[in-house]
Amino acid sequence: MAEPATDFTLDSAALLAAEEHEVSIVGRSPTYLAWRRLRRNYVALFSLVVFVLIVACCALAPVYAHRIAHTGPNEIHATELVRVNGKDRQVVGGGSYLDPKTNQFVVRGISVLGPTWWHADGRFVLGSDALGRDVAVRLLYGGLNSLKIGIGSALICSFIAIVLALIAGYFRGWADWIISRFFDLIWAFPVLLLAIALGSALQINGFHHFGINIKPGSLWIPLLVISYVLIPYIGRPLRGQILSLREKEFVEAAVGQGASPLRIMFSDLLPNVASTALVFFTLIIANNILTEAGLSYLGAGVQPPNPSWGTLIASGQDQIHTAPWLAIIPGIAIVLTVLSMNIFGDGLRDALDPRAKVRVEH
Amino acid sequence: MLAFLLRRVFGMVVVLAVVSFIVYLVFVKIPGGDPAQRIAGRTATQANIVAIRDKLSLDQPFYVQWYKMMQQLFTGKLISYTDQLSVVGQIWQGLPVTFSLSLGAAVIWLFFGVLVGVISAVTAGRLSDRLITVLALIGVSMPVFWLGIILRYGLAERNSLFPDGGYVALTSNPLQWFYHLLLPWVTLAVLFIGFYGRVLRSNILDTINEDYVRTARAKGLSARRVLIKHALRNSLIPIVTLFGLDFAAVLGGGAILTETVYDLHGVGFYARTAIGNLDLPPLMGVTLYGAFFIVFFSTLVDVVYAWLDPRIRVR
Repeated sequence: MAEPATDFTLDSAALLAAEEHEVSIVGRSPTYLAWRRLRRNYVALFSLVVFVLIVACCALAPVYAHRIAHTGPNEIHATELVRVNGKDRQVVGGGSYLDPKTNQFVVRGISVLGPTWWHADGRFVLGSDALGRDVAVRLLYGGLNSLKIGIGSALICSFIAIVLALIAGYFRGWADWIISRFFDLIWAFPVLLLAIALGSALQINGFHHFGINIKPGSLWIPLLVISYVLIPYIGRPLRGQILSLREKEFVEAAVGQGASPLRIMFSDLLPNVASTALVFFTLIIANNILTEAGLSYLGAGVQPPNPSWGTLIASGQDQIHTAPWLAIIPGIAIVLTVLSMNIFGDGLRDALDPRAKVRVEH
Repeated sequence: MLAFLLRRVFGMVVVLAVVSFIVYLVFVKIPGGDPAQRIAGRTATQANIVAIRDKLSLDQPFYVQWYKMMQQLFTGKLISYTDQLSVVGQIWQGLPVTFSLSLGAAVIWLFFGVLVGVISAVTAGRLSDRLITVLALIGVSMPVFWLGIILRYGLAERNSLFPDGGYVALTSNPLQWFYHLLLPWVTLAVLFIGFYGRVLRSNILDTINEDYVRTARAKGLSARRVLIKHALRNSLIPIVTLFGLDFAAVLGGGAILTETVYDLHGVGFYARTAIGNLDLPPLMGVTLYGAFFIVFFSTLVDVVYAWLDPRIRVR
């Protein structure tokens, strides 16, 4: 018996759409949908571009800085003369000198060469510091160190936090108890104090336990210290999410199929928290750059003469009356970098979590 | 409720004990070498080193050393390696400064944080909201100490609108106390204002979509009344939690950068000097002091929540 065409056929949404607009609805992956939302957020994309540019400028400093500034980050030119606009100027003037008339030492406040912009063939673009080092070059190399620490510690911190959260969330019970107490314990310290305490203790002789050898003054010290103290900030929220995911049917199904714990953790649970982890990762880069600056400012992070944005501000503070730009410029670099990462992280969260998008458009 | 309270207090004591143990390990075990030699300095004689080792019982197992140090800490006899002053006494001396700094900054950041959050939520999407969002983001992205250096240089050193760092006791001159602390307060508060404003804004926008808010509007209540009486009240709950923990962190030495920049000789400043000398007892004292505030306040927040919401007690 042939069915007559009735109004009661259950057309799928795709068929209806195809009839009406002659286009078919294509299945889109969540990643694609998130990317489409992010693509329209020009502010977030612009911030990402700014961040990438800053990273590129600093990362390539060893390649190009030498050709423009004709100097390295730690080379001292205090007694040299630089031609600015055709006039010879001293890089570092003043200080104590022997007065030829009275034959006595005269102590005067030193004056350093200010920013020459492009009037000295690329030398001392942002001026010189008290030791006669090129500030622009130090800013780039310092940025390289700060970004290495910021991004590196964000990577290590997220990795450890994700693994711990997966173990705690999957095994629950004892494993969860131990890992949660571990988070609580780090959480109980004032973050900055703990970082400073660890950083300065490690600076004495470095770290020589468990077959790991780190020399004092190594960049690994602030990097590892920062990743360690911030583990609970990512680990705790992720653990909560994984614990609730663990109760879901798809995990039960995977267990029923005989999937191994590793497989469930990394191919069932991890993809479901990946978006959260990604957002945390971008935001923690911003946070880590700030923490590094604070640590280095207090002398417990990157050790001089190795530059970083924090140490540059700290040493610039001594010359704030005669050369305020020495402290101001690295700060601006920090603000730009951290701001761009914060804005991009926000945009990423809005894109990955549509509910957040609704909230913003309200 | 009593059982819950006891459980939490017991947990707090355990956490503090473990924290102190870890601090001890960090400073004695990680640096390696002979701590007595480190403390005695470069020009120490062998007798000197032996005397120090004996005095601090450094030849005993480290848990005995830890126990002795804790014993000294609680009896107020713990003495700094470098200047031979009582650690508890020095922390006690720094307390008024740190408390003044934290309290004033907390009042500023809470007031302006809530104000900024409400304004930007009410005008969501409009110019004022965008402006506030941008300013809040910049505030969150600034290193505290850098802001402090710039403010101090621009407002205190170049045109002496404000006193150039230092602290005046409230009891000796309240006006000067306020005047000296105004810049540090603002410096410390900026970060939190930005952060709280952002959190509150999204909370309010979340609650405004709730059914009970619509019901209140449908009953004919004015928008202002609904916002203040209904929406804001619920949106403030996460802020209260945040505030409890942030305030504890600032009290417990989190203001170390601000104190350093403005030469305020509080607890954070004490810790900073101790770090410079790698002076273990003060660092141990300050870290424990900081951990005490953090653990105490988070326990307090939990207890208040349990009191408000009986379901939590069972956990």
